[in-house]
Amino acid sequence: MTDASVLPDGWEMVIGLEVHCELATATKLFCCCANNFGDEPNTNTCPTCLGLPGSLPVLNEKAVELAMRLGRALNCEINRSVFSRKNYFYPDQPKDYQVTQYDLPTNLGGYLDLPSGMRIGITRAHIEEDTGKLNHVGGGGRIHDADHSLVDYNRSGVPLVEIVSEADMRSSEQAREYASELRAILLATGVSDAKMEEGSMRVDANVSVHHIGEPWGTRCEIKNLNSLRSLGRAIDHEALRQIDLLDNGETVRQETRHWDEASGRTGTLRVKEDADDYRYFPEPDLVPLEPSDEDIARIDAALPKLPAARRAALSEAAGIAATDGGVVMAVERGLDDLALATISGGGDASRVLTHIEHNLAVEGAESLSAAHFATLVTMETGGKLTATQAKSVLAEMVTSGQAPADIAKAHGFEALDTGALEGIVDDLIAAHPDEWEQFRTGDDKARGKLTGFFMGKVMQASKGQADGKAATALLRQRAGL
Amino acid sequence: MASLSREEVAHVAKLARLELTDEQIDTFTPQLAAILDHAADVEALDLDDVPPTSHPYPLKNVWRPDVPRHAGIRDAVLAAAPATRDGMFVVPSVLGDAP
Amino acid sequence: MTATEIAAAVRAGERGARSVVEEHLVAIDRREAELHAFNLVLREEALAAADAIDAMVAAGHDPGPLAGVPIALKDNLCTTGIPTTCSSKILAGWKPPYDATVVERLSAAGAIVVGKTNLDEFAMGSSTENSAFGPSKNPHDITKVPGGSSGGSAVAVAAGFAPLALGSDTGGSIRQPAALCGVVGVKPTYGRVSRYGLVAFASSLDQIGPFATTVADAAALYEVIAGYDERDSTSIPEAVPTVLDRLDHGVSGLRVGLVRELCQAEGIASDVASRVAAAAEALSAAGAKVDAVSVPAVIYGLSAYYLIAPAEASSNLARYDGVRYGLRVDAPTTGEMYDRTRTAGFGAEVERRIMLGTYALSAGYYDAYYGKAQKVRTLIIRDFEAAYERFDVLISPTSPTTAFTLGAKADPLAMYLNDVCTIPSNLAGHPAMSVPFGVGDDGLPVGIQVMANALDEVTMFRVAAALEGALA
Ligand SMILES: [Mg+2]
Ligand SMILES: [Zn+2]
Repeated sequence: MTDASVLPDGWEMVIGLEVHCELATATKLFCCCANNFGDEPNTNTCPTCLGLPGSLPVLNEKAVELAMRLGRALNCEINRSVFSRKNYFYPDQPKDYQVTQYDLPTNLGGYLDLPSGMRIGITRAHIEEDTGKLNHVGGGGRIHDADHSLVDYNRSGVPLVEIVSEADMRSSEQAREYASELRAILLATGVSDAKMEEGSMRVDANVSVHHIGEPWGTRCEIKNLNSLRSLGRAIDHEALRQIDLLDNGETVRQETRHWDEASGRTGTLRVKEDADDYRYFPEPDLVPLEPSDEDIARIDAALPKLPAARRAALSEAAGIAATDGGVVMAVERGLDDLALATISGGGDASRVLTHIEHNLAVEGAESLSAAHFATLVTMETGGKLTATQAKSVLAEMVTSGQAPADIAKAHGFEALDTGALEGIVDDLIAAHPDEWEQFRTGDDKARGKLTGFFMGKVMQASKGQADGKAATALLRQRAGL
Repeated sequence: MASLSREEVAHVAKLARLELTDEQIDTFTPQLAAILDHAADVEALDLDDVPPTSHPYPLKNVWRPDVPRHAGIRDAVLAAAPATRDGMFVVPSVLGDAP
Repeated sequence: MTATEIAAAVRAGERGARSVVEEHLVAIDRREAELHAFNLVLREEALAAADAIDAMVAAGHDPGPLAGVPIALKDNLCTTGIPTTCSSKILAGWKPPYDATVVERLSAAGAIVVGKTNLDEFAMGSSTENSAFGPSKNPHDITKVPGGSSGGSAVAVAAGFAPLALGSDTGGSIRQPAALCGVVGVKPTYGRVSRYGLVAFASSLDQIGPFATTVADAAALYEVIAGYDERDSTSIPEAVPTVLDRLDHGVSGLRVGLVRELCQAEGIASDVASRVAAAAEALSAAGAKVDAVSVPAVIYGLSAYYLIAPAEASSNLARYDGVRYGLRVDAPTTGEMYDRTRTAGFGAEVERRIMLGTYALSAGYYDAYYGKAQKVRTLIIRDFEAAYERFDVLISPTSPTTAFTLGAKADPLAMYLNDVCTIPSNLAGHPAMSVPFGVGDDGLPVGIQVMANALDEVTMFRVAAALEGALA
């Protein structure tokens, strides 16, 4: 599963992710302005989210509810929390401080189980406000060349939850898996629409490298990763860049780096300075959050079944590992309930999951009748349909909703009976003595080739109705293998 | 801890985004030092087991329903802003990125 | 005519609001030039508002408890479309697009805003000398300061420009100028009056409150502005007991504590001390049980305040950066634009406090300064709680001295020491008020500070009324 292989021998990378998600609220975190993407600049603004003198913040109850829901979904403890001010000057910040949770975050100490079975620690998941948006004019929109910038505060004050993972990941593959599993949880809980392209889910990666067995190296933070693909590429590129530096006797500087998808490389964004002194202190305009045990119980009761639990349930019923591709796919595509019903309806579990993994990535699959699906799988395993036939029948079941038997009949699908198959095979052996000789005596390679030759003939003769497995078995039996 | 150095004062001015002249730093340094010296009595207290008070009147869980309301102040604010274009606030080139 | 008398006459249709406003505009014309109470006089707006009140009365509607009463607003209270400057160059000409909650409540009560009053820039000061637009002068002696930071509001009431005014009190900014100008000034319990629309200085200490010539007028204004507001998260969600109907309940049986640490604080003038003693006698003569009490932690109040208030201010004033409103000094980069705008826009005292607060919060110093100061607040609250187990109210001087000469206190620390008696109530969040009680050796007004436990404004007002009555 891991692709640490991208690193030269003896090297290991360490990855921790910080994910910012916009909460799915109707209004901003501290004011009643609409939380909308893509409106006319500065239309969703008010004295509070413009930082006008005399304005005050009032917390959005829904944002707190969603943040706690996510916290519980990530197995965090919900604590008494306090908002703080993070002070720094930047034009996308209307108050020149950000209201965020610092030493007392709402959610602490959870974990997330990856489909591959790995458990990633969650350090914290805290609530904070988003900044406005800077549009750089001139210099091709690049900040360093722009001659001025335009500020839109529509996004200023949009509620975010920042999910900080432990540095538990050791490959870009694991990082991608973590991000997509987190996304699945955000969607399942309705906490966020988690659209990486639109920026409602933003992933920053902290990456460092070290010689296996030696202490961890200096980490760099990579920003602007707006797809799972960028995330994976950027991490691998960054790890290799750091190894390159170290191999050449240079050192890795702690800094924030920017991923450029086009060039496929990271570049320095901002060197961490001692001047970074955010002067955090408790936000005096807001009061502490102290959810009661009842509040937390209510949140827990309202939690939907989460992907990991659904994989476990299916794996249990199917007697197949939760990490199996079919199980993972079934849950990812929301077809796990169908799978469970089909299996309990008598369908062979591994065939059911194979169909779901390979043949049901289609519209309407979720509304497939479990009874019909079970019947189909039974016909297939009972030899009444070949794998190929079963696949096309299944496809038609999804579109037409008809019973598998009727569809098979309409197509005249019936697996050949053994007698007829024996006849065809024996005729072919007689008709092709040379090939048969090579099949009997040749090495595996030759036999493989000739198996293909004879199967082609068998399918021709049987108009595709022969069961491939059965035919191969018969050939080997005739050859005395 | 008090008795402040010129360098500290200059650093603080940088954090606070104030462009102080050397003369101003020379005036501020002893004045700030004097105030901090006066605060030495507080600094000296042993308060390890005393909880801090950030709000004089203890309230908790103050929030509002998630219901949108349009403020409709955009045009008035933009009209009074130092510089605007296309419904946005104009700022000179921004050197360096946000943290 | 007091505010309550004016309102009664206007509501009864015996007196027109327009004539009331005109009369006060005349008073303003007579002395405003020498006193500089106002940053802006709203002549036309006030007359128009008065006509609207008169029309309501004519139509048989009740304009409210402050019908036709002129009121002056400290120029750090937001007023829609009307400049709100905080007496700072950085906000010169800024017109808020919204009203402060107190401003809404005032117009709903029929009050008429006659102007925006001068203050120490962003309410940082005790003399109004830190105004970017020049100092206000004490009506009793124009060579003296009116106190601050709400100096303009105190002057407006003392000079008869308006029977009522609003100020804001972070460390004594209502009570101290009230004392120096010989008027009543009230700082309610923190959270009693909404801060929505009050330009922040130190958010955990700021509180809006009344100025008036009588305790009853101050109570009437308090009743209008006090009460829960969903737009301020620190607003107290409790009903506000009425005060006016209890003012004459007297003080017999009330336990009054003279706070030793404040009466003997550094720099308390002997003439002020003897007025406090006289006040104590007056109260016991009126039937109160007066005794000395110790509130030990208050001696740390000044130090804690001058760490907490600047720290919060350094963050609250970061937003004045030239991007969205107010002053901008152009520069090639945004960073330089920040530096030049803020340096040009802020006066020395504001810069000094921003520096102090930035330092108190900065890495390595937080625990020693801001963190410690927040714990001192806890100590002060505990000591007050102990005192309020034995006493109903506490009294002390409001200001260590009577009004001092303009320019006399160039040294910042000397100026800060003015607030020694008023600061503890801000740190504790308790209500406190200053009521005039005679004059000092120089013939200038002396104020007595009456402090009460959180939410107990009623008892505080009763004691103030008793002191007022003892003079009459
Ligand atoms: Mg953050
Ligand atoms: Zn808003």
